Amino acid sequence: MTRISVKVDGTTYEDEVEPRLLLIHYLRDRLGLTGTPIGCDTSNCGACTVDLDGETAKSCSVLAVQCDGSVVTTVQGLAQDGEWHPLQKAFHERHALQCGYCTPGMIMAARDLLGENPEPSADDVRHALEGNLCRCTGYQNIVRAVLAAADAEAASSAGASASSGREVAP
Amino acid sequence: MTEHITESEVGRSRPRKEDARLVTGQTNWTDNIGATGLLHLAILRSPMAHARIERVDVSAALEQPGVVAAFTGRDLAEGTGSLPCAWPVTEDIVLPDHPAVAVDEVRYAGDPVAVVVARDRYAAADALEAIEVDYTPLPPVLDLEDALTDNSPLVHEEHGTNRSYVWPMATGEDYGTVKGRADVVLTRRYVQQRLIPNAMEPRAVVVTPLDASGEYTVYSATQVPHVLRVMLSMVTGVPEHKLRVVAPDVGGGFGSKLQVYGEEVVALVVARRLGRPVKWTESRSEGHLATHHGRGQIQDIEIAATREGRLLGLKVDLLADMGAYLMLVTPGIPILGAFMYPAIYKMDAYEFRCTGVFTTRTPTDAYRGAGRPEATYAIERIMDELAVELGLDPVELRRRNWIGHEEFPYTSIAGLTYDSGNYEAATDKALALFGYDELRAEQAKRNESGDSVRLGIGVSIYTEMCGLAPSRVLRDLRYAAGGWEAAGIRMLPTGKVEVVTGTSPHGQGHETCWSQIAADVLGVPFEDIEVVHGDTRSAPQGMDTYGSRSLVVGGAAVHHAAEKVVGKARKVAAHLLEAAEQDLEFTHGVFSVKGSPEARRTIQEVAFETFSSHDLPDGMEPTINAEYLLDPENFSYPHGTHLCAVEVDTETGRTSIRSYVCVDDVGRVVNPMIVEGQVHGGLAQGIAQALYEEAVYDDEGNLVSGSLADYLVPSAPDLPEFTTGRTETPATSNPLGVKGVGEAGTIASTPAVVNAIVDALRPLGVRDVAMPCSPGRVWEALQSARTGEEAPSS
Repeated sequence: MTRISVKVDGTTYEDEVEPRLLLIHYLRDRLGLTGTPIGCDTSNCGACTVDLDGETAKSCSVLAVQCDGSVVTTVQGLAQDGEWHPLQKAFHERHALQCGYCTPGMIMAARDLLGENPEPSADDVRHALEGNLCRCTGYQNIVRAVLAAADAEAASSAGASASSGREVAP
Repeated sequence: MTEHITESEVGRSRPRKEDARLVTGQTNWTDNIGATGLLHLAILRSPMAHARIERVDVSAALEQPGVVAAFTGRDLAEGTGSLPCAWPVTEDIVLPDHPAVAVDEVRYAGDPVAVVVARDRYAAADALEAIEVDYTPLPPVLDLEDALTDNSPLVHEEHGTNRSYVWPMATGEDYGTVKGRADVVLTRRYVQQRLIPNAMEPRAVVVTPLDASGEYTVYSATQVPHVLRVMLSMVTGVPEHKLRVVAPDVGGGFGSKLQVYGEEVVALVVARRLGRPVKWTESRSEGHLATHHGRGQIQDIEIAATREGRLLGLKVDLLADMGAYLMLVTPGIPILGAFMYPAIYKMDAYEFRCTGVFTTRTPTDAYRGAGRPEATYAIERIMDELAVELGLDPVELRRRNWIGHEEFPYTSIAGLTYDSGNYEAATDKALALFGYDELRAEQAKRNESGDSVRLGIGVSIYTEMCGLAPSRVLRDLRYAAGGWEAAGIRMLPTGKVEVVTGTSPHGQGHETCWSQIAADVLGVPFEDIEVVHGDTRSAPQGMDTYGSRSLVVGGAAVHHAAEKVVGKARKVAAHLLEAAEQDLEFTHGVFSVKGSPEARRTIQEVAFETFSSHDLPDGMEPTINAEYLLDPENFSYPHGTHLCAVEVDTETGRTSIRSYVCVDDVGRVVNPMIVEGQVHGGLAQGIAQALYEEAVYDDEGNLVSGSLADYLVPSAPDLPEFTTGRTETPATSNPLGVKGVGEAGTIASTPAVVNAIVDALRPLGVRDVAMPCSPGRVWEALQSARTGEEAPSS
């Protein structure tokens, strides 16, 4: 057993873990953070994508012990003061999910894209989400949602600089 | 003051009620469910396609830390029945015994051999390594034609044959006679490769025993909690009234969760034996072996026509890969296709025969479209070939043979009565959106210039039968259950409404759409309605979700139930307003007396008055709640025209979709945004069959495409932007005028893509490309055309 300290969605956890414990199982089985699901065992599907120290990571391919001292953000940590993240809002409004199983990973991967490229093209979005599989939507509405969220964030930051206005969640 | 809706909910693109929990991670997937003392199951699976089990020894596994129990197939067989097949399509079908865990023989790679129960999933997985199994290998059975020869090894030795059944049908005139007067007869062989459904949520099941009462709750990632309850009771002997089955949030199904799986049976049996809650969660790679596959057919199709391009007859001979066992509806899947080969066309004779064949591969069963994509592929591929043979434009050939809009209702040669449709309207709209003539002109120019990147145009005009199904038709097809659906409306005292449905959504948006339907009839706000589903305790009756049935049967049942509520409420309102029932108007949730609009009662007020029951009409049962079970009078027949333009690089064999246009007619639409989403997803899966996906087995029967690293589920850059349009020809077989939409895109798109690829390469001598049309396959087809040899068909 190894002792780790990890900050997940704003809360610091200290735990003894087996060295082989995957981050995704640590999140789900030990911390009860079941908002991040498991879709495969070969890191192809991206359903388990989280933010690990500012980079996206497939949490099925990271050991919990590797995260000692790290900061993890999951889909459950995106809403602030009950207000949804612009991507959460856009996915809802643009019908970018059906069964919703891929959605946490999609949103985390899209968030990473928008962090690096706030004004992506549709093609940029498709390529950025290449590592995240969706079986329901055919991706078209996911692309629309990410572009809409990019627009909303741009409008919001323009508004913020002018009047410090804030996005209002549904 | 209660609110009332003043505009129609049906027809609005309401963002979904389901989304809040899904976008924030507040979901309730089966694998999220815990329980005090929960134990984890792991399953040891056969590494061989076919072998006799000489010995299974779990004793070393029992010594592993954290292991609570371990079972062999023989241990579990005691008191447990065969996994069920509910669709024995013929009287003399060969229906082998199917133990949840193999006892004497394994018949596909992945067949369960032993079960370990441990305190966590890691310990359970470790313990599998300690189980000893001695196998004597037996020869695999992999080729559908060889399997039917006399000297073939047998999947089920005791039955003496690999032939499960032969299902024939002949309608109209004698096919041979009709063929005799044809100017043109074409025969083709098409191969429907095996597909792996790959719902994003892997399967999972949790069983919790309730104290010592002998009651169990089964949580399962299933499409069919109600069917599962009946079947689990029959297989395990746990009385049905002691079983509660819950489908929590379910992450997609596409038919793969329309099943009664061995793991569900094992989890219940183990929980009962140990008196402890147990969980089993599939890994993706395990799922590729253990969750049923789809398709897997060889189609020999022959079409007879006049020189002018009028169809005379059609003959189809199928070999359908059952896999190793017949599961819930395995044998019936190709039979659903039997009715769809004649499709949108008029003809004089139709002959069909399907032979179900056992192989040593994972069992097949329903996968999105279930029989109809296969049928649509074969007819739409051969129609293109016939158009070439006759020198006609492929759209023109279809026009000459389709059922005219003025001819509906029309009874097809296969005996289905298509209630409504307008193929002309959908096709005209699609051609315009697509720019068909311009693309044909560009194609001619590029062919002439010898462009190494060829442009191809594919047409697919389909109809399909969905909305399963009239119970009497199911009886005639020897399906064991009925095809009704249940709905209930509970009018709560505070004016809120619960809609109880027997459908079991797993991504379709029933909570949203059923709310829209009920809101319109009851006149209560969308937000005031809660849809209850997926739990046999709170939604006790249902036939669940598959076959594009939920809206046309279940949604229509909600409409009927709501009308019953209004009928009962009208009696109460009339009594309270001291008016005759026929003098009451009901608009937007308000009963008012004709001519004196100030005399009014809202339906919410009536709900409260009924709750208090202080002043109800004499003799009235004190409730305005209602239930309705709808047995549909007909199937649902959506249709549409799909057009695909591809660019095929003849140097690399790579195909890219340049544009994809479809115009679907799914009747009246409840929520256009959801319908569009269903079409997109359906297209993606149909295109995936055309271009990317195949369950590949090696010569020994090992699944080579055993993970998502080897099985190409398309990602975002692999798919084009779709252009979708609609025409609306209301169905006449249900009060909403709706038709199914869940499978339409999958059914239509595969032939559109392959027709486009072949159209691109035909000037180079290519007549067919086997699916999936990977760059390698396309390149091979081009090479064979150059050297004058036939390309391998698979």
